[in-house]
Amino acid sequence: MTPAIETRNLKKNFGDTCAVNGIDLHVAQGAVYGLLGPNGAGKTTTIRMLATLLAPDGGSAHVFGHDVVKEPAAVREKVSLTGQFASVDEDLTGQENLVLIARLLGFGWRAARVRAQELLDAFGLADAAGRQVRTYSGGMRRRLDIAASLVVRAELLFLDEPTTGLDPRSRNQVWDIVRAIAAEGTTVLLTTQYLEEADQLADRLAVIDHGRVIAEGTSRDLKESIGGRRLQVRLAEPARRDEAAALLRQVLRSEVHEGDDAARLAARVTHDELVPQALAALAARGLTVAEFALAQPSLDDVFFALTGRAAEDRTGKEAA
Amino acid sequence: MNDTSVHDALARTGRPRPPSALSAVLTIGWRACLKIKHVPFQLNDVIVFPIMMTVLFTYLFGGALAGSTAAYLQYLLPGIVVQTIVFLTVYTGVGLNTDIQKGLFDRFRSLPIWQPAPIVGALLGDLMRYSLAGVVVMVVGLILGFRPEGGALGVILAIALMLVFASAVSWIWMIVGFLVRTPESVMTTSFLLLFPMTFVSNIFVDPATMPGWLQAVVGVNPVTHLATASRSLMHGGAATADVVWVLIASLVVTIVFAPIAMRMYYRER
Repeated sequence: MTPAIETRNLKKNFGDTCAVNGIDLHVAQGAVYGLLGPNGAGKTTTIRMLATLLAPDGGSAHVFGHDVVKEPAAVREKVSLTGQFASVDEDLTGQENLVLIARLLGFGWRAARVRAQELLDAFGLADAAGRQVRTYSGGMRRRLDIAASLVVRAELLFLDEPTTGLDPRSRNQVWDIVRAIAAEGTTVLLTTQYLEEADQLADRLAVIDHGRVIAEGTSRDLKESIGGRRLQVRLAEPARRDEAAALLRQVLRSEVHEGDDAARLAARVTHDELVPQALAALAARGLTVAEFALAQPSLDDVFFALTGRAAEDRTGKEAA
Repeated sequence: MNDTSVHDALARTGRPRPPSALSAVLTIGWRACLKIKHVPFQLNDVIVFPIMMTVLFTYLFGGALAGSTAAYLQYLLPGIVVQTIVFLTVYTGVGLNTDIQKGLFDRFRSLPIWQPAPIVGALLGDLMRYSLAGVVVMVVGLILGFRPEGGALGVILAIALMLVFASAVSWIWMIVGFLVRTPESVMTTSFLLLFPMTFVSNIFVDPATMPGWLQAVVGVNPVTHLATASRSLMHGGAATADVVWVLIASLVVTIVFAPIAMRMYYRER
């Protein structure tokens, strides 16, 4: 089957800055694929080239087998883009925004209005349909933005940082929408700065830094390669810490660190399923756990493991 | 919102045939009408200002400049309509810049439409705004006592000529809209040009009393020719030379700036 996206050594410069420096991507049809990286890593530039909004300086990119440079019209018929900032007209109402896009996709006036109403209902915006978008909350604006990308069924949907700046409830709504879109068979390419988001949504992901892919695989592969999550345990009886450490090492089959705090232990988790077993094993030995936490590695952890530096440092330096 | 309704909405879509170029342009023009409806303050800006100018100049300087306020109004009003419409051209650049910053242009450009449609449609919307503003200022003028001897036809021809000139000037603001970072800087940049262009003209006074070098500047300012032509058309005088001058100036501006603006539009940003 033709891949949804296939890029070879894709490059883009802005003046002296190399925004995208030879990216190879292979995204299978029907997948949710994540591009994970800090600000300025080249995620948006990559998406813009794939959506035919920006001409590459080198390499090649194909979307469903169509060259983005030679056959932009064919590519545009397959893709839909939701940009980093909700790209809707703030002066218009939610309904008018959707009718506008529907008209530009070729719907007649009546069909456009029907379609707009369906989407407003589906995305929980029916009550706000007649209000100007400038009065919408961030989450509503983002939902309208995504709805505008779904007026016709796209084969490939680009979502550029769909939840940046949203509160947790709105973020969960957007996640549900992305899952529903993927379940309908649309390929989704999403960029994010949050490992948790990639973890929740993406089947596979590429970690991007300095315009290059520095790691690629499933979220699980990635977490395992960087050491996965950490189980942090505080024991009720610090005196039995060595015994507990040995037990965790045995059950979790990974290294265990004994922290400065005499009651604490931290163990790398390679398989989440082993965590309950580990806790059960501790309980069975009569080792009382006062507190435990399963900490998710963050983008920073991934970056630190892959590059030896924190993701935030890089953005800071770039801004300076 | 629930998953079932999202699934339904997604499943129900057929993809219609892409719209014709005309339909895409008209749709973008429809958007411009909605904006006039929802955000009339843009129009207020440029209507309150000309009304103020008309009233101020007529009653403050009219007597001194033309012997009587009523006589001065006959001279001033066609020029005020010109100034109003020429000032309005800035909003082409402001609107374009806003759309780019908000990502709306990216969305339009990623749709399977005739690619110049967003630009052409925006110009169409601007023409409606210019006409509307022209009509409003004319009505105010008529209430104050402006009496066009050229009749309705003269007024319509004059406003049509202004629309031709304004569409040509719009291309310049479009380029500014592509170049600068914020809509506010489009405003600032353009007023640097628009203020001298409209004041160093014969809109407010007959340049006969100006120093020679200034008369020369006023003489080559296309706004002067547009004001003279509009005055003649509205008052039923002969205007051929100035009309031709304005048409040629508009053509030259369009030939020079439209291709640059279109190139910037196609080029990646």
